[in-house]
Formats: sequence, C-alpha cells, structure tokens
Amino acid sequence: MRAVDAIMECLKAEGVDVVFGYPGGANMPTYDAFYDAGIKHILVRHEAGGGHAAAGYAKATGKVAVALGTSGPGATNLVTPILDAMMDSVPVVFLTGQVRTDLLGTDGFQEADTIGITMPAVKHSVMITDPAELPRVLHEAFYIARSGRPGPVVVDIPTDLSKVDIPYEPVTDLHLPGYQPTTEGNAKQVRQAAKALAAARRPVIYAGGGVVNANASAELIELTRAGNFPITCTLMGLGAFPAPDRQWLGMLGMHGTRAANYAIDEADLIVAVGARFDDRITGKLSEFAPRAKFVHIDIDPAEISKNVPAHIPIVGDAKNILSKLVVEYRSLEPDASRLEEWWARVDHWRERFPLAYEDTTDSEIRPQFMIQALAEATENDAIVTSDVGQHQMWTAQYYDFPKPRRWINSGGLGTMGFGLPAALGAKVGCPDQQVVCVSGDGSIQMNAQEFATCADNGIDVKVFIMNNGYLGMVRQWQELFWDRRYSQVKMGGNPDFVKLAEAYGCTGLRLTDKNTLVDDMRAALATPGPVLVDVRVTAEENVYPMIAPGEAARDMVG
Amino acid sequence: MGEPGIKETLSLEDLQAEAGLRSGRKHTLSILVENKPGVLTRIAGLFARRGFNIDTLTVGPTDDDRISRVTLTLDGAVHPIDQVTKQLHKLINVLKIRDLEPAETVARELALFKIAADGQTRAEVMQICEIFRGKVVDVGKRSIIIEITGTNDKIEAFERLVRPFGLVEMMRTGEIAITRGRGET
Repeated sequence: MRAVDAIMECLKAEGVDVVFGYPGGANMPTYDAFYDAGIKHILVRHEAGGGHAAAGYAKATGKVAVALGTSGPGATNLVTPILDAMMDSVPVVFLTGQVRTDLLGTDGFQEADTIGITMPAVKHSVMITDPAELPRVLHEAFYIARSGRPGPVVVDIPTDLSKVDIPYEPVTDLHLPGYQPTTEGNAKQVRQAAKALAAARRPVIYAGGGVVNANASAELIELTRAGNFPITCTLMGLGAFPAPDRQWLGMLGMHGTRAANYAIDEADLIVAVGARFDDRITGKLSEFAPRAKFVHIDIDPAEISKNVPAHIPIVGDAKNILSKLVVEYRSLEPDASRLEEWWARVDHWRERFPLAYEDTTDSEIRPQFMIQALAEATENDAIVTSDVGQHQMWTAQYYDFPKPRRWINSGGLGTMGFGLPAALGAKVGCPDQQVVCVSGDGSIQMNAQEFATCADNGIDVKVFIMNNGYLGMVRQWQELFWDRRYSQVKMGGNPDFVKLAEAYGCTGLRLTDKNTLVDDMRAALATPGPVLVDVRVTAEENVYPMIAPGEAARDMVG
Repeated sequence: MGEPGIKETLSLEDLQAEAGLRSGRKHTLSILVENKPGVLTRIAGLFARRGFNIDTLTVGPTDDDRISRVTLTLDGAVHPIDQVTKQLHKLINVLKIRDLEPAETVARELALFKIAADGQTRAEVMQICEIFRGKVVDVGKRSIIIEITGTNDKIEAFERLVRPFGLVEMMRTGEIAITRGRGET
C-alpha cells in the first residue's frame, strides 16, 4: 500500500480518533489518504491553532494527540506549539510534509529545514529517508511522545516518499536501544523519603504538572491525607490536589498565595513531585527554602538537582513511587501531633493573608470577581483553558480546580494565543464536558481565526474575554518596575468582539454589569454552539500577591 | 513585607549536596551514538542551548557500523558534568555515556605543526621533534611539517618549544580516549 495509507493504519493502531491539521503542497498525499481513512480531521485556520488544539486535546484526555502541517511555512507555523508542548511535557506527534527528496537542500518552493529548525524544541524528531521505515518510525514516535517524560515528536515526510508503495505489516516491536525511561523508583530511596517525612516537623508537598501527566492524583491525595501534610501545587499542577481543601495552601510561586510561599520558605522538608523548580516558583534561587531538605520525585533524571540540589532524589513514575511511599510512610507509624505547631503557623498565614481584592461598590467588574463569577456559573465543573497574562494568573488563583486535567494553559512557554485552540481541542477530546476559555483582549487576537474552526465544526466552547483594554501583565510590570512608563500596552483599535464572533458565525455577548454577571454567564453557557463573551473589567488592576522578579518568596508584595 | 522566617543555619550535609555539582577538573566523555543523520548536530545543539562549552570534539566509526563514537572534553570547573551527561542521555540516539577516569584512561591527540625553518634552524627543530618522538612529514626550503601524537600536555609543550622558530600553522584533532584493561570503554 502507499506509505500514506500505512500512516493511516498506524494512526488507527495507535487509537487515534481525531487529528488537527492544515493541508498544503507537500502533504497532499497524506490528505488524499485521509479522504477515506475514517479518521476525523479537524481543519484549523492556522497551523499554530492546530498545534495548540492538539495540546489541548492531549492535556484534557491524557492521550497522544496529532497535528499536521505542510512543508516550509506550515512547519514553521508549528514551531511555537512544538516548543510549547516541550516546555509543558505534552505528548503530541507532529507530522510535517517536506519537499521532494531531489529538491532537499536546493531552497525549493516551501522548503524549510524542519528537523533543524525544531531540533532544540523536540523530545525527538526524524526525517523519513526510507519509506519502508515509516510505520516503525511512527509507532516509535507515539511511544516516545507518551512514555517517560512526555513531549513532542516531529516526523518529517518528503512528499515523494509518502507516495511510494511499501509492504505494510503491523509493527509489534520497537527498537529504541538509547531510550529506556526509568519508571520504578528505587526502593531504598523511597524508604529514605518516608523516614524523612516521618521525621519532618515542617513538611510541605510541592506538586507539579508531572503528577497530572502520570495520572497520579489519587496517590498524591492519599499520601497527603496519610501524613496530614500541607500541600501546594504549581501552575501546571493545579487540580492534582482538589481545591479548596483543609490541607490545600493554594498555588505556589510568583503569584501564588502567601501561605504556600511562606510555608515553602520555612519548611524543613519539601517533597517535590513532578515539578522542576522553575524560576517562577523559586524566585531568588539562593534564598529559596533555605531551611529545607528536598525529596525530588521526577521521571526525568535531568530535572533532579538541575536548579535545586536534591537530598533524596527518586527517579521514576510518580504514580508508582507515591503509592510505595505512602505504604512506607504508614509503616513507620509517625506521631501525627508533631505537625500541630506547623499547622498552627500555616493556618495563621491562611487566615491573615487570604487572596483578596478591593471590590467595587457600583456595577464595575473587577477581574478577580469575573473569575469567581465564572467559577460559580460553571459550578467549578468545567475544563478551563486560558491564554497568557493577568487573566491566566487570576484564573489560577480564583477558580478552584477539583480534579486534574481541568486546567489547561501554557505554563512553561507562556504562549499567547494558546487558549482558544486548546479549548477547541479539549472539547473535541471531551465532548461531554463543559469547556470554557478565559482569554484577554490581547491574547484572543493571536489566534482568533479559530472561531471559524469552532463554528465550522460545531465545537461548543465558551470564550470569556477579560477585556481591560491593555496588555495587562506588561502594563502591571511597567507600573511596578518601569516607573509607569506605559509603552505599547494600550490595546487601541480592539475590534468589536461581539461583531467579530458574529462574523465567524458564533454568538457574541457583552457583559458589563457585576450585579447580573453570574446569571448572564449562566445564560451564555446555556447558549448552544460556540460563544464569545466580551466581559468589560477594571482597566488597571494588578495581580497580587507577587514575588517581584529576582526577589525571595518571603518578600512578597501586595 | 510579609513575615520574615526564623533563621537557622544550613547543615554541612546540605552544602555538600550543592558542592557535588562542580568537579573542578577536565572531563573526557566517551559517547556511543546511533549512526543516524543529525546526531552530531543534536549533541552540538544541546551544548550550545544549555550553555555548555566543548573544549574538543572528535567523531569516528566504531567496529560496529551502526554505532559511532563521540569523544569530547569539557571543563568540570565551569560545567555541572552530571547535568551535561543527564541532558545527553535524553537524546534518543545516544546509547551510552562514560565519564572517563583520568588514571584509568589512555588519551591521545594528533597534531600537525608547520614551522618556519631554513637551513640554519632546521636541524634544531628536528632535534626537538626527535625528543618528542614526532615525525617529519614534509620539508620545504623555508618550512617543515611535523606530526606529533600524544596527550594534549605533550602537544602543548611541543608548541611552546617550537613557537620561537616561527609557528606558521598548527592543527589538532582533539583527544580520543580508551580505557585501560580488558573491559570496553
């Protein structure tokens, strides 16, 4: 059969039921194969939208997603989603078209060195040189994308090779001698970690996106309950532990809660699970958790001791390790009363420094209020995607996520334009779930063309634009650190978002009154089909609390 | 702002965990890789991206044509070797990495020197060459080319000695290294 038909067989064998893509000259053979392959294809309006949609699908379902683009500009438009998936460890296989092999290296029409351009942004990449190898390479791509620390894999397919007739046989064995991720945690290290936890007087669990990737939420909850430990999550980990909760301290890091940041600052033992001590978490590294010893559980050995030296490193799958750790911990029968003082201190912080803002007395909508209203209108039971900026931080702060895979955002790369396509991808993956996107008036315009994809395919996402007329986060930094010299942050010339939605065949609504906001949002959520809701909020509001860049957590402001 | 925490001193143990990251010496990494397109680019790209500085790099075939060997040296005073090897291991085409122990390793480098030498100085240069067990590979009216094999210390010593004669050009291959004893590198 043609190599492209073999691609379809491989996709089916991998359980792929939907792909996101955009055709062009170099991947036309693949699109011919889609014609009767029986695999659902969502035609996006820009390759970047397709890449982010795939990430949204993968983050919501936990399955490997697939995005396609043609050669040259099709592939370069995928570079941002590829790096985004790399930074957030998202399993996506990217299939790019490439020019004919006889044109390679000649600056042919729509030729780009896709493998070269994406090399620093991928978990792995392969250009097909022998079409007979295609099935094996594809299955290896899926395996690499999903196993170990998940990530993006690019398979670049020259158009002439994709038409070649190859003998297709289902691939049953993979040959990857250089790739053997460790999944079982070292038993001795796990015992040591249990002992350290049993001896700790000021322990904190610090969970990241790796817990979500490992589907280890239940095990994380069990350990946290077993030891009555205080727990905080990173931006990527939100939902891994249900919020709100008696043991929940709120988010950690630059815009995390004071309770979480102070607890880390004073902790004597920090158990980091699937987290990587990013600069947005640690603040000034030399003053990060100065009294703590670190247990670091991660599937990627290179993350251990990269930023913060680990006293007890455990490499492996979080689900596997946490379930062993809880058994070891219980067997030590630690004295629960040793944490009483610590909880008193933590409770004191929580009581004294709750997340707060000054509400309005008229109908004006504070952005924080908007998120609280959205949480109420959706009963905290939606998959929420976001773009990047103030609205992202406020959503992370004020929307309590009860489960993992409910909060989908671009954490590592911080990609504006991620939210809408990610929402449509999540909705395609989880059609029975309510999916909302919180965006900003800046971010939404970076991939607004995907409203057409939603309308065209009847993808029922509700987009709430937190419209403050500014690139709010940059404006906040200019206010705080650049002497209020507002440079290029006023979003003059914003379109009429209601009309924009209508032009795309979606429903557009504008909300300006705080007093009816929850009910208006409920009405928007009940409106069938894709809906854009333009919510007008206070223009100059800041995200607090905040660890100023380069400062220590204990010096949080606001 | 906020409540300052209670200051406590760090334990020695904590500090040692941190100190372990920099070894302070030259390291030779012997890396087996799959012989596939782009592998060297991946390694070089990784070093550039993570800010690791390669001192020397050599690549060549092994006795198995599916596998190549990369030998590279870098400064452990500047780079956390542990982090370098862990990042290298993440490359799918990298099969095995060995951080060679200097005492258990034989390392060699080849260098070619083009030295200004006329009738008067030629004999003196050749004498130095003999002491270093080098080989004269070409002689011209006004220059001489010498081949030296050895550790990089030896090559650097030779360079210092011949430089006053007028060093026209020098080329070095970078080190290759093999472990002593019966076991494979």
